[in-house]
This record gives sequence, structure tokens and C-alpha cells, in this order.
Amino acid sequence: MNKLIQNEMMKLIAKKRLIVIAIIIGVLVMLFTYAQYKQVQTQREKLGTSDWRTILQQQIVDTTNRLSSSRITDEWKKQLQISLQQQQYYLDHDINPSEPGAPTFMRIFLENSIDLFIPLMVMVIASDLVSSEHSLGSIKLLLTRPVKRWKVLLSKYLTLCLAISLIIAIAGILSYLISGLVFGYKGWGAPILTGFNVTETGLNTSEVKLMGQWKFLLMDFGLVWFVSIVVGTLSFMLSVLIRSTAAGMGVMLASLISGAILTNMVSSWESAKYFFMVNLRLTDYMKGTAPPIEGMNLSFSIQTLFVWWAVALFVSFFVFTRRDVY
Amino acid sequence: MEKKITLSVKNLKKVIGKKEIIKGLSFDLREGEVFGFLGPNGAGKTTTIRMLVGLIKPTSGTIQICGANIEDNFQEAMTNLGCIVENPELYPYLSGYNNLLHFARMLDRVGDDRIKEVTKLVGLTERIHDKVKTYSLGMRQRLGIAQALLGRPKVLILDEPTNGLDPAGIREMRQFIRFLAEEEGLSVLVSSHLLSEIQLLCDRVAIISKGSIIRTDTVHQLLANRERVIWHVQPLEKGKEVLGSLTGIDVTDDGAILTEYNEEKIPLWNKQLVEAGIAVTEMNRKMPVLEDLFLELTGGDTIE
Repeated sequence: MNKLIQNEMMKLIAKKRLIVIAIIIGVLVMLFTYAQYKQVQTQREKLGTSDWRTILQQQIVDTTNRLSSSRITDEWKKQLQISLQQQQYYLDHDINPSEPGAPTFMRIFLENSIDLFIPLMVMVIASDLVSSEHSLGSIKLLLTRPVKRWKVLLSKYLTLCLAISLIIAIAGILSYLISGLVFGYKGWGAPILTGFNVTETGLNTSEVKLMGQWKFLLMDFGLVWFVSIVVGTLSFMLSVLIRSTAAGMGVMLASLISGAILTNMVSSWESAKYFFMVNLRLTDYMKGTAPPIEGMNLSFSIQTLFVWWAVALFVSFFVFTRRDVY
Repeated sequence: MEKKITLSVKNLKKVIGKKEIIKGLSFDLREGEVFGFLGPNGAGKTTTIRMLVGLIKPTSGTIQICGANIEDNFQEAMTNLGCIVENPELYPYLSGYNNLLHFARMLDRVGDDRIKEVTKLVGLTERIHDKVKTYSLGMRQRLGIAQALLGRPKVLILDEPTNGLDPAGIREMRQFIRFLAEEEGLSVLVSSHLLSEIQLLCDRVAIISKGSIIRTDTVHQLLANRERVIWHVQPLEKGKEVLGSLTGIDVTDDGAILTEYNEEKIPLWNKQLVEAGIAVTEMNRKMPVLEDLFLELTGGDTIE
């Protein structure tokens, strides 16, 4: 099995996919760092201070103003109310919600890339892992060796898991290193509040806990990894089922994007919560933003994703070991 | 003396949907022989070969490679098999060496020595560290063979091995396959839709049409008495008369006369023609083409 994984890794490296992904992540992180830097600067100019309390206060005023507008929808209103309460809570407890520094940037970067950007990178690798062997024709050589088919597929899957871990590590390291150049490398111990409970009546702060940023980040990384594995497994299944890489990628891309769109409009369609793509923003639960559909919470989303994962894996192996190869 | 059977196929069938693609094939391969699988495109050659190498599951029937059933004992059966199905599709972005390394890792007890050995055998030592995408078709074909030989197989299956090669490449491939069978004692199964190729390469042939084997025989037997001589003579009518009195003749549409090929009688007939004042402008020995052979064997059953 080790040898088979070595094989897959050799092919992956020869295709230079990981390098391309690292470059994409690097470029994006640079862009975001610059954007963040600009934002901080404008804020400072506008308010004439760099004290985070003043900035937070100004944000609270802004949010209250927006809430009083009659043109916003109920959902949006609810969302705003929750973030208002959160901001107030941070201010009351004298905690900076966005302590400047590389770790904070890393956290924000992860939170924003969990549902589209990182899955996209994972997809680049997962979607052609099997289908490329078909389009190349090398599948015929691969499956006529004295190695059982499920072993061949398992080696590919384990390679995918390795590659996913690597991608996330690259994203973490690059975002830390690059943003640190601008914001400094401090802030691992900055306190973060977690455990906000969004309920029918609004925000429940009874279970709010203070957590070191490093701990929070560790949890974020775990969630991002889990989401990536699920998305990777789904692309992997499509790669087994659809022999064309482009078609498989198209399907996966469409569902990921539809997830991003759906989360904004499915609040009244309750059964939509069983779609995997609306469940990807796991880190939002940690921050305590309102879920896209009522009744969704961290454990529900993890369970839903787990079911999707298990089914995808089963289908991949079932089909791959049985199918006639032409 | 009968040689050991290395590949045995019994009553092999494949049904796709409601259509029976392969209708009960049976044949055996012996040690050290080159066995030809001859049939037009669409006859079921490729489907059969894919069943032999385990890519397609047969609907019924058994395939044994060196005594191991391919379905119950896949690993053992495949250990003794090397194959190229259609073109050898190796990884273009890897070097030749890495390609071989890749497939060697999938076999037990195949190390660096063996990789070097097969590389030398197919004459790729100089280019082995170049990327496969820079290889010519002939080199890819040779790398494909090297890959198939890595595990020291007893049975080698080659699907259309000379497809796309230039005449020199075809010759080289032919010599190499003969070498493997005669010197190394491999059983080689070769499929082709070209009779001339099979004729030069194989010891025995199975002719397959519409999913059934219509005849299995040695090449010699199959082609005996099927060679023809084409005569172009002036004047035609008189020529027909003379030749017709000597042997059975056919006249083609473009005004040529066909007779059987008989080494001893040909000069005699020629002499008779000349003596009768007929000018022989052309005499040509003609190998039977697959289509003709088919027509004969199947009694007018055309190729689909």
C-alpha cells in the first residue's frame, strides 16, 4: 500500500498541481493582506484614531443605523441584530474582536475560504485523480496489475487525504507568513469569544467562553480540514463516476457555487438544510452568526456532511471495483 | 510433444444489455507460441482481450492464466500476465524510468535491476530518463512492452501491437515478438485485423467474426492452397482458352485471369501461353486478403 501511495504522490507532484495551488493561495493571501491593510488605514483616517474601542463603537452605531432602515428584510435584520449583540458583548467585556496580527488574519482568511476557496483548491486535485487515468487510458495498465482494484482506489483516496492536509497546511503557513509582514506575527494569545448561541429569540450569551486565539485557530483548522475531506470525497466520487474531468469539475463547481447562493435565500425552505453545500460554513457556528436555515447547528452540519461523505466513499468503491473498463 | 498450456479460455461469453457480444469462445495458448487473434474491427477482439486481462467481467465462462482463475484468484493470475491493450498509454508527464518504476512498485519482487534489464531489452537505455511526452510512437510502444515484461510474465497479450508504427517499426516489433516466444518461451497472444501481419508473426490463428471463433488453425494450414496468381495476357480471349484448358480459372472485372498458385505448374502454364502466341504482360502472386478468407470461411457472411 505504501508503494501505491508513493506512486500516486509521484504522479501528483509530476503534474505540478500542488505548486500551482500554493502559488494561487500565495497570490490571494497577498491580495487579501493588502485589502485588509487598506481597510484599516481608511478606518483610521475616518475616525482619526487607531483605538479598537472607538472603531467598534462606530461599527455599533453603523449597525444600529442600518437596523432602523425600513427597507431591509427580516432575515437580514435578524443577522444584524445578532452581530450587534456580539459587538456589544465584545465591547462590554473589553475584548478586541479583531486583534491585529497574522494569527487574526489567518483566522479570518480561513473563515472566509472554508466554503468556496479551499474546497475549490481541493477539487483541483480530487476531480481528476481517477478520471485522468480514464482519459489518458492508463487505467488499463493500472488495473491489469496483480493488485486488487479496491487497493488501487484506496491508495488514490489516501493520497487525496494527504494532499488535502498539505493544502490546508500551505494555506495556514502562507497566510501567516505573508500577512505577518504587514500586521506583525503576534496575537496567538489574543482572546476570542466563542459559544454564542443563536436561538429563536436572538443571541444567547450564557455559554460564551473566552478562548486563546491559538486554540480557536486549531479548532478552525480542524473544521476546515473536515469540510475539505468531505468536498474532496465528493469530487473523488464524481471523478470515479464521470470519466471526463471537465464534466466532474463542472458538476462540483456548480454545486459549490449554488451552495454559496442558496445559503442566502433558503431560509424558508427547510429541507434544503440536508444539502451538503449549505452546511460548509462550519466556522460560522464558532463565531456565532445566524445559520442559513433555522435549526441548523454545528453538530447537525457535521452529521449531515458525515452522511454525504460516507455515501460518496461507498459509491466510489462500489462502482470502481465492479465497473467494466472499455 | 505437447507443450504446457499457459492460457486457457473456456466458453467465454459477454452479454451487454440484451446483446450477446461474445458468444462462447474457447481456446488455449501454449508455451512458446505466438497465437493470432484475427478478425475485422467490431468482431469482438478487443472485448475478448479486455476480459482476458480483467478489465471487463465475463458474463460466463472461465479464463485461466497458468492455472489461476482470473476471477477467483486475480492477483495470482495477473502475476503471470503482461499486456498492452490498444496503445500503451503511459504517463506522458513522467520519465520513462519513472513509468517503469510506477508499474514495478505494483509488482512483487521487481526491483531496479529488472527495470534496467527490460530497458536494455527494448533498447531504450539512452532515453529512459526523458519524459515520455518527448518519445516517438515507436519508443512509446517499446516502453509499453518493457512495462509488460517487468514482472517476467508467462503470457503476453498485445492488442494490435503494430498499430501506427512505420514499416521499419513493424518489422522490428515482429522480430522482437518472435524472439520473446522462441528464446524466452513466452506465450504471446496478438490481435490484429491484418492478415499479412498475422501470417508473418503467428504460429496459430483463431479467426473471429461477430463474437464467435469460426476457425482455429495453424497459419500454414489456413493459408495453404489459398494463394492465387493474377495473369494479364494479350489477347484476353485466347489466353482464357489456353489457361482454362490447363486449370480452373476466374476472370476479374478489370480483365485479369486468376488461377491457383502452384510452384511447379506456373512455369509450365507460362510456357504454354507463350507457345500459343499469347503475350504475358504481367504475372503476380497474390496473397489472400482477409475479406476473401472470410468469404470463404463464412460462406458469404459479410463483415459488419
